[in-house]
Amino acid sequence: MALLEVQNITKSFHKTEVLRGVDFSLERGEVLAIIGASGSGKTTLLRCLNFLEVPEKGVIKVGGQVLFDAGDGSTRNEKTIRSNRLHFGLVFQQFNLFPQYTVLKNVTLAAQLLHEDMLRQKKKEMQDRLAFAEYKKSLLGSIERDARQLLDKVGLSDKIGAYPCQLSGGQQQRVAIARALALKPDILCFDEPTSALDPELTGEVLRVIRALKSKDRTMIVVTHEMEFARNIADKIIFMVDGRIEEEGTPEQVFGSPRSEKTRAFLVNSKESYSGKE
Amino acid sequence: MTFMQVTLQLFEGFKITCLIFIITLVFSLPLGLLVTFGSMTRFKPIRWLTRTFVWAIRGTPLMLQIIVVFYIPGLLLGWSSLPRLTAVLIAFIINYAAYFSEIYRGGIESISRGQYEAGQVLGMTKTQIFFKIVLMQVVKRIIPPMSNEIITLVKDTSLARVIALAELVMAAQNIVSAKALIWPLFYIGVFYLVFCGVLTLLFGYIEKKLDYYTV
Repeated sequence: MALLEVQNITKSFHKTEVLRGVDFSLERGEVLAIIGASGSGKTTLLRCLNFLEVPEKGVIKVGGQVLFDAGDGSTRNEKTIRSNRLHFGLVFQQFNLFPQYTVLKNVTLAAQLLHEDMLRQKKKEMQDRLAFAEYKKSLLGSIERDARQLLDKVGLSDKIGAYPCQLSGGQQQRVAIARALALKPDILCFDEPTSALDPELTGEVLRVIRALKSKDRTMIVVTHEMEFARNIADKIIFMVDGRIEEEGTPEQVFGSPRSEKTRAFLVNSKESYSGKE
Repeated sequence: MTFMQVTLQLFEGFKITCLIFIITLVFSLPLGLLVTFGSMTRFKPIRWLTRTFVWAIRGTPLMLQIIVVFYIPGLLLGWSSLPRLTAVLIAFIINYAAYFSEIYRGGIESISRGQYEAGQVLGMTKTQIFFKIVLMQVVKRIIPPMSNEIITLVKDTSLARVIALAELVMAAQNIVSAKALIWPLFYIGVFYLVFCGVLTLLFGYIEKKLDYYTV
């Protein structure tokens, strides 16, 4: 069974239809790259998956469980959304790190807050103050250990005490990746992760994303980096005007595109790419 | 009257000035945040009510507001009038809460949507996002306008004499009329200058303390 199933997602902003019925599915461990021109709805699709936008129509299922159904109001209350969105992680184009916290705190904060309620509950249950303090310490310790491990993975273990403003864009984005991974999402989404970076910094971020690929990490990457999409993805979706124009393996979509629009888009982006060189 | 005697007498007034300043801050800083939430809520009746209130407070002189608080309960309802200091404090707290609320609102609205969204996708509640992420960034942003407003408060305390509360300016005027000395009136300028000087240093220090991050 597919890990992620997306059915008929439809979304408009002020009568402009941005998504016109998007369907796709994704297996565990697959990497999906979504490409397409600006305004084709790629980012909106990703934002719908992360519940930052509410689609008018459609269903989102993860592991068979319905997380969102436009026809079912119970999937729209805040608490449900909050727990459901933890199935997804999102790395933003603009990083959006928390500027007042160190790199380490950026990565640990969400997990600490998530456990706050549980700790409060535990405090009531556990009569023994000392045992509770011990328990709390070990929990916070394990959150921090995980965070250090993740920061090591993205190559920033020497920056854990730094503040975001002291880092380069590429480093900030790598922290953002570690932060998204800290909550162990089923599906990690990237919204044009290198578009806000200087060209010489895109490489380090792309390398980190590539290194994350493994048989049980599922990822969706919205990107303008065609070479990267071709290399990393198991599946490509090409979007035009809020619809999926073409879908297939990188070999199919890049090698022998069926649609005329896909072909034109790929030729254009290749020209602008080689123009940069 | 010697310089020392004048100074001591002025200090009596200065005490009242400081009292108005401190009590006003202690109450209007949090009250202002409440007003901000009111003026930003999605519930329209509350929002319009709050914004009308802010408009009325910012649209009339503080001096007039002091007079209203002091005289209107007596004139309209036949109550005995409030103690002078209480009337002044009520007027000041309400007035400054309105001004602070607008500074807070500007600060909150200047925080990028991305910060809220980052908190949301990490499963945080609205309360957690506000207190753990947004608030510290707002604090940093609003320090310059807040220091401006707080320094204005120091000098606004002199309006209290409109209902004959013996703050610093009135203390000096009393000396002028009782002893026919004019210089104490100029002398109190030093009090205000020193007070505001200390505040300026304090805010400079806080700004420096928060220099470790940029928003």
